[in-house]
Amino acid sequence: MKKERTMKLSLPEEELMSPGHLACQGCGATLAMRYVLKALGRKTVVCIPACCWAVIDGPFPQSSLSVPIFHCAFEAAASTAAGVKAGLEMVGDTETTVLAWAGDGGTFDIGLQALSGAAERNDDIMYVCYDNEAYMNTGIQRSSATPYGAWTTTTPVKHFKNRPKKDISGIMAAHRIPYIATASVAFPEDLFKKAQKAKNIRGTKFLHIFAPCPSGWKSRPEDTVKLARLAVQTAVFPLFEIEDGEKYTINIKLKDKKPINDYVRLQGRFRHLKEADIAHMQAEVDRKWEKLNKNCLS
Amino acid sequence: MKKVIMGNHALSYGAMLSRAQVIAAYPITPQTQVVELLSEMCASKTLDAKFIKVESEHSAMAASLGASLAGARTFTATSAQGLALMHELLHWASGGRLPVVMGNINRAMAPGWSIWTDQNDSLSQRDTGWIQFYCSSNQEVLDTVIQAFKVSEKLLIPSMVILDAFALSHTYEIVEIPEQKDVDAYLPPFNPPYRLTPSDPHAFFGLTGPEHYFELRYKLQKDMEKVPALIEETGREFERIFGRTLGLVDEYMCDDAKFLFITSGTAGYTARVAVDDLRREGVKAGNFRMKVFRPFPFDKVRGIAQKAKKVAVVDRNLSYGHHGIFYQEVKSALYGRDGMPPVFGYVTGLGGRDITPGDFKEIYRLASSKNTPDEEIGWIGVKR
Repeated sequence: MKKERTMKLSLPEEELMSPGHLACQGCGATLAMRYVLKALGRKTVVCIPACCWAVIDGPFPQSSLSVPIFHCAFEAAASTAAGVKAGLEMVGDTETTVLAWAGDGGTFDIGLQALSGAAERNDDIMYVCYDNEAYMNTGIQRSSATPYGAWTTTTPVKHFKNRPKKDISGIMAAHRIPYIATASVAFPEDLFKKAQKAKNIRGTKFLHIFAPCPSGWKSRPEDTVKLARLAVQTAVFPLFEIEDGEKYTINIKLKDKKPINDYVRLQGRFRHLKEADIAHMQAEVDRKWEKLNKNCLS
Repeated sequence: MKKVIMGNHALSYGAMLSRAQVIAAYPITPQTQVVELLSEMCASKTLDAKFIKVESEHSAMAASLGASLAGARTFTATSAQGLALMHELLHWASGGRLPVVMGNINRAMAPGWSIWTDQNDSLSQRDTGWIQFYCSSNQEVLDTVIQAFKVSEKLLIPSMVILDAFALSHTYEIVEIPEQKDVDAYLPPFNPPYRLTPSDPHAFFGLTGPEHYFELRYKLQKDMEKVPALIEETGREFERIFGRTLGLVDEYMCDDAKFLFITSGTAGYTARVAVDDLRREGVKAGNFRMKVFRPFPFDKVRGIAQKAKKVAVVDRNLSYGHHGIFYQEVKSALYGRDGMPPVFGYVTGLGGRDITPGDFKEIYRLASSKNTPDEEIGWIGVKR
């Protein structure tokens, strides 16, 4: 008799996100939610401000998540989550993880004040920013997470975004919160490990998850994971952790960093860029990568 | 136990005796003593609550809503600019049926910067779906906080307990502090039908299409309509336990009044002095102080107004391009009904200018000299 082969899963099998959600094809943000919930488990409450996920979850009275959700105001994910945590503790639930789940607009821009407040108080919440690098839910407008060079509907090709992406992990590190990590939907085990690690730390945890958006990036839906992987391999979006605002660790080390051209050329939002523009982007990526490596040494 | 306390501390004691479990607040003059005392109460464990020291009023209300949906009794307090900053989330509170109780100190809106009282801050929030109580003594402030929790939690509608800047917030009065056991008997623990809990997961406040939204708002209005009766019922229960009345309105010599002032806030107390003076002069005056503005106490206003020959509504607020706001609402409540008296409207005391008994007597003289009200606002005390 043939020996039965068993498949070993590197992530828990249980799905807390159902497939009947409303995301676009190839949405990176859905992968991010699926993996994070696998790490956090059922004892989780999610606060979702205005962002793609406010729609993806499904309309009232439906929900694609098996955990409770507070759909909250745009600029209020962190403060709402802080209130939920305090409320749960006062009614005797000290175990549940309270997760604020916001897009880049709700984090880098309109929600930054509330996030800074919660981080300074070190409220015991986990904050995830799934970053698709623009206001995608409203139809692709630039945010302060939009990278240099990108086309959006408010940065047309004749006047593409000419400022770099805001350094959100640097801002969060300045608050000296216990845990900050970047993660990518192309590296589920790394993402899972970080979410699980964060779950077991008291205080404010900040996860910045890179989540490609085919609709907004004008990329092919089947390239979502490829793009996320290339973003790591080119150091456009390196994977690292910052503990207590100071201790930097690079999780995916790069011996031979790929040129960003490989990453850029798969996306319609960068189609208008000339070689000089891409060289400018490359220089910026190199500079940031060098700085990150220096941070790891010190 | 009797204590001499300021109006702001009456709010703090009210929240403490109500056993608020979460407080999220941001300081603003003239509200600061409310949260200072509550911080001390939390630190000394006189009050078993979590105090979230947020970085803005917007976050104060956001955190309050989070805590309330988690099932905790939640209190906050603010004033003027802070209340305006919360505006978006005031809708969230009522639409979400989250019975947060908030103290608001009536302060005039900038610019120019003012810290003194008028009612435009809270009246600008008229249509946000909050119950609005306007108080005129420190005792009433304390008692109303306790009652507000009871009413709000029963109908799942948030409440604002409102008091005038300085005229009440910083004025010391003798206040009977109720016994905790009596308050516990009056106000049971908060136990909402739905809450954020992993053991019974729901998605709250998600995308709500034209299929459902209208009905949710219809239900909010239907429950708002139950508030007046519930305020009276819980007011009677309050009186049985504590010996003090709490109702929709405060009637002073209204039964046989031919000339009726309709007032609110501390001006509603000043009016009593004017009523006494006028009565001594042989004028059958009365004062009808509206304690609850939202929901509007239609029956009370109509019932009392129809007995008078003339009504003068005194507003410490103004809707630019219209009239005083209480005036508009009283007129609309009486419009089209037989046997209603003419209603005169006066605007006074904006930005904290004093309203004196003399001003009320001036209003009486002005209204007495005419049979019908002018189109023009009756300005009292303005330098023209």
